[in-house]
Formats: sequence, structure tokens, C-alpha cells
Amino acid sequence: MGIAVLSLAGLFIAIYMYLYKIGKIGSLVCGTGGCETVQLSPQARFLGVEVALIGILGYAVMLLLALLALQPRFAGPAWPARLLPVLAGGAVLFTAYLTYLELFVIHAICRWCVGSAVTVVLIFGLSLYDLRRPVRS
Amino acid sequence: MAAPAPGMNRFYLVLGAVALAGIAWLVYQVGKPSGVSIPVNVTVLAADTAGFRGYLMGSPAAPVEISEFADFQCPACENFETIQFPSVEQQLIATGMVRWRYRDFPLDMHPNARLAAHAAACAEEQNKYWEMHKAIYARQSEWSPARNAAGRFSGYAGEVGLDVGRYDACMKSAKYAGRIQASVDEGTKLGITGTPTFLIGGRLYPNVLGSDSIRALVRALLPKPTQ
Repeated sequence: MGIAVLSLAGLFIAIYMYLYKIGKIGSLVCGTGGCETVQLSPQARFLGVEVALIGILGYAVMLLLALLALQPRFAGPAWPARLLPVLAGGAVLFTAYLTYLELFVIHAICRWCVGSAVTVVLIFGLSLYDLRRPVRS
Repeated sequence: MAAPAPGMNRFYLVLGAVALAGIAWLVYQVGKPSGVSIPVNVTVLAADTAGFRGYLMGSPAAPVEISEFADFQCPACENFETIQFPSVEQQLIATGMVRWRYRDFPLDMHPNARLAAHAAACAEEQNKYWEMHKAIYARQSEWSPARNAAGRFSGYAGEVGLDVGRYDACMKSAKYAGRIQASVDEGTKLGITGTPTFLIGGRLYPNVLGSDSIRALVRALLPKPTQ
């Protein structure tokens, strides 16, 4: 359940960033002022795709998997619950790479990106915990 | 179909509440005004133009002056800036032959043009006019369609090394609106109707000039060496 709520929160962060990127939002709510710098940097695109868009897709898939894993027919360690840590693990690695870019290439920190990073790590931890948790009959 | 467990009902309720709150917040953010607006047709005061005749690049002692009346949001101006201007800068301005004067001429059809001109004016306060000028033109495709470009310019201000707090305060004050309007009025008096338009040797050249044409015009205007 926690994974679904966190994925939804992450999804909104990613949509917010993407709306800024495509010009639908004028300025970001960001105390450090680094959000705009990060979002407007060349590193805000990965292999030609907006990082925010990758975030939207990633969180949407994790939300879908989390909801599927809650359905009675997928109770226990069925494929949605097994796939979640794999996807979340990939997201953690990608987030680590993006954080490296913020710190050492762009030299600016975006609080929303930090929020997303914390969310991804929590999702990964919860997905591992869910896999190891004994199934209730 | 079996009814969901009571615990699940509560979960879906929480999830629905988070979804609604998130959507409401995004809708608010999209509709939120930026707090920055540069007024059009303001009354120009003497203080707005005191000692100011455009942004100068090059030596004030250069023998030929070229004034460019341009609009940051105009695609032809962007084209000139990115394709033709680098060689003009390198071959004519840096060599001391030309002093280049950039004059704002934001067209009414471009809703973000005045904002862009003001952003560059605010950068001049911190002696980074040309850095901001170049950043604004280089990213025209990014901010031009933006519903609210002020945040974009604030981002560029950070990138070119401005004190963003000072820059934001300058933008909110709209203190250069009169100066921009004065430039528009002057261009209109000269007969300028479109951008970019160049004023070279007292003659107006509407439309984009290639760097070769500008070089030829400058050569013709340079003082002839005495025998």
C-alpha cells in the first residue's frame, strides 16, 4: 500500500517537473533556486528524452504494479511483487546517476529531485520488505 | 465479484485523496500568475533614457556604428544572432572597426518579447548584459512558447552567474519598462516596422543581413586612408 501512495506522490513530482519543462508552469516552487538551473540544464535530457518524462513513465508503471500486487489473485510473491524491486532498483541507480550530475556537473540542487530520490529509495526498500514478508492466508 | 476488504477500502480512500490533492495542486501551479509583468506603452520619463542609447558592444571609438533594432522573440532575429552575428563580432567588432548598438524593439505580436528585453536589462545592472542576451537568444525555442517565461529567464540568470535575488527584484519592479518603450518609440520614429532592422551609416536595412553584406557595407563606410 505504501508503495502505491509513494509512487503516486512521485508521479505528481515528475508531472510537475515536466509541466515546467514544456512551459506550462512559469516558475518552480523551490527555495534554493537550483530547480530551474537543473531543469534547464542539458543534463535534464537523457538519450534525447526528458528526464521528467522518464520519471512519469517509471512512477506510473510502479503505481500500476503496486496496485496489481494488492489484488487477491496476485497475493504472495507473484510477478508484480517480484518485478517491483527490479524496477525500483533500476530507478535507484538512475537517481544516483542524476544526483551525481546535480552535485558534480550542474553544481545545483533541485529539492524536487531530492524528494523524488527519497521516494524512489523508500519504494525500493518497501518492495524488498514486501518480498520477504510472510504471506498471510 | 467479492467486495474488497475494509482495510482496502480505507487504502483506496487515502490513495484517492492523495490523487485529488495532487491534481488540485498541479492545476493551481499551472494557473498561478508569475508576479512579473512588463507594462506596454508606459509614459517614458527623462530618467528612463538618461545617457542610454542601447547596449553597446565594441570600442566606443570604432569608426562605424551599427544599430540593430531587434526583438528577442522574433525568429529572424534569433537566426541573425546565432548564424550571422558571431562572425560580425569576431571580424568587425573585436577588430575595432564597428561599435554595435543593440536596441530593443519588441513587437506586439510576441507576448514574451518585452519580458525578455527586461530580463536582459536587469542582467546589465550586474554587468552581464551580453551573457544574458546570448542565453535568451540561444534558448528562444524553449521560452518562446512558454505560457509564463519569467521563470525560464530567472533560470538563465542563475546560469550566467547573476545574483538571482537581485535579478528577481529587478524583474518585479519592471523598472526598465520605460527604457524599452523609449527604444520602441525611437525606432518607430525612424520608420522601423519589423525586426531585425539595421541602421548603418544613416540608412535603414530591414530584414536579416548576411555577415558578408555587413562587411561590405562597413568597408564602404570606413574612412579612406590618406595618401
